[in-house]
Amino acid sequence: MEFEHMLFTSEHEWVRFDDESDVVIVGISEYAAKELGDIVFIELPKLGADVDRSEAMGTIEAVKTVADLFAPVSGTVVEVNTALDGQPELVNKSPFEEGWFVKLSMSDRSELDHLMDHDAYQNMIGES
Amino acid sequence: MSNTIYGKSRRGRLGYRFAAHTPQRPADFPEAYLRRGSIGLPEVSEPQVARHYVGLSVKNHHVDKDLYPLGSCTMKYNPKLNEEVSALPGFCGLHPEQSEDDVQGALEVMGSLEEKLAIITGMDAITLQTAAGAHGELLGLMLARAYFDDRGEKRSTVLVPDSAHGTNPSSANIAGLRIRTFASGADGRVDLEMLRKELNDDVAVLMLTVPNTLGLFEDRIGEITAMVHAKGGLCYMDGANLNALVGRVRPGDLGFDVMHLNLHKTFSTPHGGGGPGAGPVGVKSNLEPFLPVPRVVRREGCYEFEYNRPKSVGALHSFYGNFAICLRALAYITRLGAEGLRKASGAAILNANYLARELSSLYPIPYGQRCMHEFVATGEPFKSHGVRTLDIAKRILDFGFYAPTVYFPLVVPEALMIEPTETEGKETLDRFVEVLTQIAREAAETPELLKEAPHTTPVRRLDETAANRHPVFTAPREA
Amino acid sequence: MPYTYHTDDDRKEMLQRLGVESEDQLFEQIPSAYRIPGPLPLAAGKTEPETMRMFAEIAEKNRPAATMLSFLGGGIYDHFVPALVRHLAGRPEFMTAYTPYQAEVSQGTLQVIFEFQSHISRLTGMPVANASMYDAASALAEATLMTAKITGRGTVLYPAGLNPRYLAVMKRYATGQGISLQPVPFAAGSGQLDTNALRAQLSPDVAGLIVQTPNYFGVLEQPWTYEADVHQAGALLVACVDPISLAVFRQPGAYGADIVVGEGQSLGNDMNFGGPLLGFMACGEPFVRQMPGRIVSATRDVDGREAYVLTLQTREQHIRREKATSNICTNQGLMATRATIYLSLLGETGLVELGRVCCERAHRLAELVGGCPGFALRFDGPFFREFVVRCPKDAEAVVKAARGDGILAGIPLSRYFGDAARRDLLVATTEKHTEADYERFCSVLRKD
Repeated sequence: MEFEHMLFTSEHEWVRFDDESDVVIVGISEYAAKELGDIVFIELPKLGADVDRSEAMGTIEAVKTVADLFAPVSGTVVEVNTALDGQPELVNKSPFEEGWFVKLSMSDRSELDHLMDHDAYQNMIGES
Repeated sequence: MSNTIYGKSRRGRLGYRFAAHTPQRPADFPEAYLRRGSIGLPEVSEPQVARHYVGLSVKNHHVDKDLYPLGSCTMKYNPKLNEEVSALPGFCGLHPEQSEDDVQGALEVMGSLEEKLAIITGMDAITLQTAAGAHGELLGLMLARAYFDDRGEKRSTVLVPDSAHGTNPSSANIAGLRIRTFASGADGRVDLEMLRKELNDDVAVLMLTVPNTLGLFEDRIGEITAMVHAKGGLCYMDGANLNALVGRVRPGDLGFDVMHLNLHKTFSTPHGGGGPGAGPVGVKSNLEPFLPVPRVVRREGCYEFEYNRPKSVGALHSFYGNFAICLRALAYITRLGAEGLRKASGAAILNANYLARELSSLYPIPYGQRCMHEFVATGEPFKSHGVRTLDIAKRILDFGFYAPTVYFPLVVPEALMIEPTETEGKETLDRFVEVLTQIAREAAETPELLKEAPHTTPVRRLDETAANRHPVFTAPREA
Repeated sequence: MPYTYHTDDDRKEMLQRLGVESEDQLFEQIPSAYRIPGPLPLAAGKTEPETMRMFAEIAEKNRPAATMLSFLGGGIYDHFVPALVRHLAGRPEFMTAYTPYQAEVSQGTLQVIFEFQSHISRLTGMPVANASMYDAASALAEATLMTAKITGRGTVLYPAGLNPRYLAVMKRYATGQGISLQPVPFAAGSGQLDTNALRAQLSPDVAGLIVQTPNYFGVLEQPWTYEADVHQAGALLVACVDPISLAVFRQPGAYGADIVVGEGQSLGNDMNFGGPLLGFMACGEPFVRQMPGRIVSATRDVDGREAYVLTLQTREQHIRREKATSNICTNQGLMATRATIYLSLLGETGLVELGRVCCERAHRLAELVGGCPGFALRFDGPFFREFVVRCPKDAEAVVKAARGDGILAGIPLSRYFGDAARRDLLVATTEKHTEADYERFCSVLRKD
């Protein structure tokens, strides 16, 4: 698992970015998926929706809990992972890859500076 | 789904006949009006229906079987006398559109219950129209909104403590009000400083459960309600825990302006596997003009329905509420009488405190052993063995008891919310303590037994993930 | 004191362990200013025989419609309740259980709800039904809120021929949410919703159209003729239906309804002076997560057994709290149990037969009443088991006179539709009536 191009929020979302485009992929961490338990349903923002950093943009449901999905950066939704409709378990099985949620086109790249790298995130959740 | 009634269906079996002749498909209707295809209901014989549902029924735990210690549900004995009373044709055969002359007895039941509930609660007026506690909460909040609208005041916030039952915030949402949750104090009760900070001119209602969901009485309730009133707000009491107070304390005396009762909790009407209940609402005179219609009034010795109430919020039920449930509650109050009601709350508090004392060494009670009619213990100590409250609850089922409420209120981690009620005897309580003691031992010695519990129930742990990811809502139709 | 176990010895022992002299001491955790000193000013308790006698006397002051010749309808009907229904539903296993959160010991309740959902789903032709609501009125009110939430729009259209008591509740719920309700007139001749008027009212702000069929006048609507218009306008179609009528008439699933609600009182439940009733709700798959109420799903346990469990609980108040689809918690479980047993007992053949009998009878009655001098059917639209009769004099007067002969003639429409309807009478019939009953009714109507 390549964590070099991944950054994390304190609410357990991750972004995967690259140096060329302004599009980032968003998901939740393995830790978050484990804490939630079996994920049964995901509500994602619509294609074309604008989201603001740190605002709730969707929900993730486990059997007995609901968690908000927060936007790690501000931007516009350019792609939604429709595979999650019928297979929410992808988030549990492959939270960093197949279980991605949306792709955002960033409105302000500098917002990435607010996020932490993998080591810092691991520290935060108490695992190293 | 071979075990459903559909699985037992065979073409040509007949359960029931109404007519001597078989009526034909109606001829005078254009085809477009008629049903497309068969309904798909099963075809089973009457004896089969009897066996099927009897067979299902015995898979349930129920109050007539053994202890059902759900917190804030007051699972007390449901007197069968109440069933006899409500089955009298003079009651169950009444159509709600009948003229008042023909239903004086029913109106007397309603008027009499309203009067008695007013006495019990210390409120000025009661409506029986709301069909459940949550329904009553909704009405209560709508009454508050109407009150403020009438005064030309715009207030949109409802304050609830973090120990509140989920129906409180959801009712506020339906009533079109915003919810603000505030943290309880270290003693589990309302923190007056916290409340003071939250109180502003936008607060319409403070909603409190008294005693609260931790089984604790708000000993500064007088100050609390005064504070809210000073800021122009109203105080709502969620009456789910009234069993602790009947005959001893009256919510009206505590400064509450509006409250609901749960007849299926405090007043012994049966829970029915999820209702029907009844959630009458009581108000002080300032809110009385807004009560839903019709009101039951007495004029010249006769009872009448009164609809002409210009400030009324209208109606929340198609008729008068769950009349037959109200009837049962009235029978209960009649049977117990003043002294009986007082003794009932006494026995409820005795049973709860006894259980709390016997259990607290193994299952810590964060807010102390002295409680009212219920208490909240925690399963935290067992986490070190990899055992959670869920596992403890499932293991309790193996011993023929229902598990207490778990994971509520949210202020206690791994919560076990226990309300025995007054209709349990010492033997049952001692047996429950024995079982919980054994389970504590098992948690340390054989935790797997708990994690895989229950073992002896009609079914074992269910695949809830599959039920949520790929739900099956109906029995599949035959091809 | 009735219903408690404690002997004096038990009490003493328990009090001793707690280190107190009496229960009163346990109440000292409540400041004395809040405690009342003695028993409430209520009558002393009565014995069981005394209580029974008292209530029997009160019941005697009622003249129940079920024991008279009654043509009262308006949403509540006097159908026959088979003995087995009462008997099975009265079992303590069904009656004294509660919310089936511990599914392993609640399979009776859960499977009954599953079967209820299955019955309603088949009757209505909709994929998913919930475990029940308080009554049709509140179910309809919640459906109204649902359409606004799903579409994000603020207006809901309803037929002027809608049950006025349901409308009152809808209005109450809608006010809280800032939803605007607008009536669509009915055609004077047929009593059915005026389709032209509807088309003119389908603006981009309309979240949904409610259609009640049969409507309050007993007239059957034709929703399939405007379903496409409703959907093209981006609105949802909500059908409020009579469950027994669906045995004979077109089910909402067969005309594109999105949400279906109705009153299940006639399915094995007594009239009970209007409560408890039985609201039901069903919807199309896309709307399941917006539907209020409990829902049961089939699943398996760890040993592979067929089992049932509450599902999609994240919609509900105990998890979602202020963001829940509704606040409903306790619903009408036991009435749904009765309806389930009733529908299982009648089955396919029985329910279809019942539906056809009611329809046949109502048409026979309408013919006979229409043959009484001065009486005529008010609407020419098709009907099921209820119809409106225009009387030669005020309907209230007809009702009063008939009452003198021990007959409940029906509901005077002026009660809800004002003075313009003062000669209109809503008459309902069920399978309990005989030809002799109809003759008796007509002979009374013929009297001046």
